[in-house]
Amino acid sequence: MNDITESRKPPVATTGILGWLRMNLFSTWVNSLISLFVLYILFQFIPWILNWTIFAADFKYNFNGEEIVNREMCSRVLDPENGGACWAIIYVRFYQFMYGFYPREEVWRVNLSYIMLAVAVVPLLFDNFPFRKHFLKFTYIFPVIAFFLLNGGLGLESVSTNKWGGLLVTLVLGCTGIALAFPLGIILALGRRSNLPVISMMCTLFIEFIRGVPLITLLFFGMVMLPLFLPEGIDMDGLARVLVAVTLFQSAYMAEVIRGGLQAIPQGQYEAARSIGLSYWQMNLKVVLPQAIRISIPSIVNTSIGLFKDTTLVIIVGLLDLLGIGRGALADTTWLGLAYEVYFFVSLVFFIFTFAMSRYSLYLEKKLKTGINMGAD
Amino acid sequence: MRSNLNFFSDEKFRSIFFQTLVIGLFALGIYFVVQTTGYNLEKRNIATGWRFLSDPAGFDISFSPFINFKSTDTHLDVYFVGVLNTLLVSFCGCIAATILGFLVGIIRLSSNWLLVRVAYIYVEFTRNVPLLLQIILWYSILIQLPRVKQSLEFLDIFFISNRGIYSPRPVFETGFSYVFIAIILAFISSFIIRRWAKKRQDETGKQFPVLSSAFGLIIILPLLLFFIIGSPMSFDYPALKGFNFKGGMVIRPEFIAMFLALTIYTAAFISETVRSGILSVTKGQREASASLGLKKSWIMRLIIIPQALRVIVPPLTSQYLNLTKNSSLGIAVGYADLVHGFGGISLNQTGQAIECMVIVMATYLTISLTISVFMNIYNRSIQFKEK
Repeated sequence: MNDITESRKPPVATTGILGWLRMNLFSTWVNSLISLFVLYILFQFIPWILNWTIFAADFKYNFNGEEIVNREMCSRVLDPENGGACWAIIYVRFYQFMYGFYPREEVWRVNLSYIMLAVAVVPLLFDNFPFRKHFLKFTYIFPVIAFFLLNGGLGLESVSTNKWGGLLVTLVLGCTGIALAFPLGIILALGRRSNLPVISMMCTLFIEFIRGVPLITLLFFGMVMLPLFLPEGIDMDGLARVLVAVTLFQSAYMAEVIRGGLQAIPQGQYEAARSIGLSYWQMNLKVVLPQAIRISIPSIVNTSIGLFKDTTLVIIVGLLDLLGIGRGALADTTWLGLAYEVYFFVSLVFFIFTFAMSRYSLYLEKKLKTGINMGAD
Repeated sequence: MRSNLNFFSDEKFRSIFFQTLVIGLFALGIYFVVQTTGYNLEKRNIATGWRFLSDPAGFDISFSPFINFKSTDTHLDVYFVGVLNTLLVSFCGCIAATILGFLVGIIRLSSNWLLVRVAYIYVEFTRNVPLLLQIILWYSILIQLPRVKQSLEFLDIFFISNRGIYSPRPVFETGFSYVFIAIILAFISSFIIRRWAKKRQDETGKQFPVLSSAFGLIIILPLLLFFIIGSPMSFDYPALKGFNFKGGMVIRPEFIAMFLALTIYTAAFISETVRSGILSVTKGQREASASLGLKKSWIMRLIIIPQALRVIVPPLTSQYLNLTKNSSLGIAVGYADLVHGFGGISLNQTGQAIECMVIVMATYLTISLTISVFMNIYNRSIQFKEK
C-alpha cells in the first residue's frame, strides 16, 4: 500500500541538450527557421572575422617573415585575397597610442601614474578591499602627485601638455572630468533643491543650459571663447581649456543624477536630522548626502561611461586622444588605407574600459538591492 | 529674544543676505568678463555685432537638399542650411532608431536563445564604443565604395558610389498641388474617423475598420486623383556626364554615415528602455488577458504596449534629445550641419566667435526645448488617468 513507485524520467526531448535546443531554438517552426538563418549567418561571419583579425593577420612580420615597416609590406596589400588585418601599424605606433609624444626618457612618469591610478581607484570601487581606509588617503592625494608627475615641476623636467596624447589624454580627461564634476555636481544638486529662490533658479538655469546644448559647442566655447573672457596674462593651454568645458558639462549631468538620489531620501530623514539640531550643512553632509550618493552611484558610473566615450570629441578641437592618434596614424602616407585596423584597435580599448565600467555598475545595482532589502527586513 | 539681538541667527535675514551676496558676486563676475572681453576683442581687432550675418559666405556647401545654396549667399543662409541639415538627420535618425530600438528590444525578450544573444552582443558593442568613432568608421567604409565611373547600378536609375547614392528626383508639375491637398485632407479625415469610431465603440461596442479605411483614404484616394488629373509628376534621372552625375537626387556619404551611426547607436539605448518597459508590465496582466481569450498579437498591442509606454516614453525623450545633440558630431565627417557650417566655417571666416556660438547654442536650446515640450504632451496623453 505504501509502495513508493519509481518516479518516471521526463521525456528525453525535454531535458538535457536536446531539450534545451528544443525549448530555446526550435520551439515553433518560425523559431526554427529564424534559428537556422541566424546560425547560417554566424557560420559565415565568425570564421571570417576570426581569420581576418587573428589567423590571417600580420602582427609584426608578414607572411614572408619580413618585419613590416610600411603598408606595401602588409600581407593584405601584397595578397588582397588571403591577407588579414595588418596589426603592424598598431605595433609600430603603440608608443603613441599609449603616451602620445611624451618624451621617451620621461615615460616612466606616465607609467608610474598609470600604476598609481590603479592603486587609487580600485580600493575606491570595492568597499571590502583590505586596508581600504589607508588606500583612500592615497586616493585623495593622488591627483596632486599625478599632476606634478605628468606635468613636471618639483625637480622634474616640465613636459608641455601639447606633447601628451593617446590613452594618456583620454584617461586624464576622463578621470579629471569625473573627479572634478563630482563635488561640483553635489553643490549644483543641493543648489537646485535649495529653499533660496535665487540660488535654486541659478543652478536650474545652469544645469538646463548645459544639458540642452551639445558637448561640442561647449568645447568650442572653451577653445574659442574662454581666452577672450580671461584677462591678459592668464594663459591656459589647450588641455586645460578643454578640461574646463568637460568638467562643466559633466557636473550638470552629475547634478541631475545626484538630485535623483536626493529625491529618493524620505522626508523623515531631513526632519529627524533637523530635530536633533543639525545645521543645514551638517544635515546634508552627515545624513542626507551619504545615503543619496550611495543609491545614485550606479547612475554616476553610467554618466561617467558617457563622459569617457565623449572624451573622443576633443579631436574636433585639435587634441590628440586615442582616436586622434589613430587618425594621425592613418594620415601618415606610409600607412595609408589601414583604417579598419586602427578603428578596430581604438574601439577595443574603449570597449574594455566602458564594458568594465558598465559591469561594475550592474554589480553595484545588485549589491545595493540586496543591501536595501536587508535594511527593510 | 536673541534673534532680535543677532541678525545672523534670523533665518529670514540670513536668506536675504546670502541671496543678495550671490547676485552681487554674479553681477560683478559678469561685469568683469564683459570688460575683459571688450578689451580683448578690441586688441585682436575682432568686429562685433550682427552685421556679418548679411555678408556673403564665400564658400560652398556640398549637401543642402532644401535650399539651393550658392557661395554668394549670406552667412544667415549658411545658418538656415545648417539648421535644416541638423533637423533632417535628427528627424530621420529618431524615426529609424525608434523602429530599430523597438525591434531589438522585443527581440531581446523573445524565446529564441540565439536571437537574444545576437541582439545582446549588438547592444553591448554599440553602446560601449564612442559614437564619434562609429561615425568615422561608417564614413571610411562609405568612401571606399567604387568610384563614380564604376558605381554600382540598380535598375539603371539608382547609382551607388563613393560620392553618395544617386536616385531619380521627382519633378512636380502643375496640378500636383491638388494631390498634395488630397493627401492632407485624407489625413485629417482619417483622424476624425478614428475619433468617431472610438466614441462609437465606447458607446455601442461596435467596431469600425479604422485602419483599412485610413489606408484607403490616404493612399488610394490621392493615387486615383493623381491618375485622373493625368500624372502631373515626372522624374529627373541621374546620368553620368564627365566625371560626375548630372541631374537626379543625391544622398551624400556624410549624411548616410551620420544617419547610420546615429541610428545604430541610439537604437541600442532605446532597445534597453523598451526592454525594461515591457518587463515592467507585470506577468499577471499578460495572464489575465490570455485568460480572457485575447489573441497573442492583441495582448501585445492592447495590454502590454500601452502600459509599457508609460515607462518607456520619458527615457525615450532623453534619447531623442541625445540623438539631436549628437548630430552635432557631423563636423567630424564634414556634414554641413549647424555646428560645422555656421559654428565652424562661418565662425572661422568672420572670427566672430561669440556671436556664432551664442546663435548655435541658442538654436540647440530651442530644438531641445521643443522636443521636450512635444514629448511631454505625448507623455501626458498616455499616462494612466486616475478617475
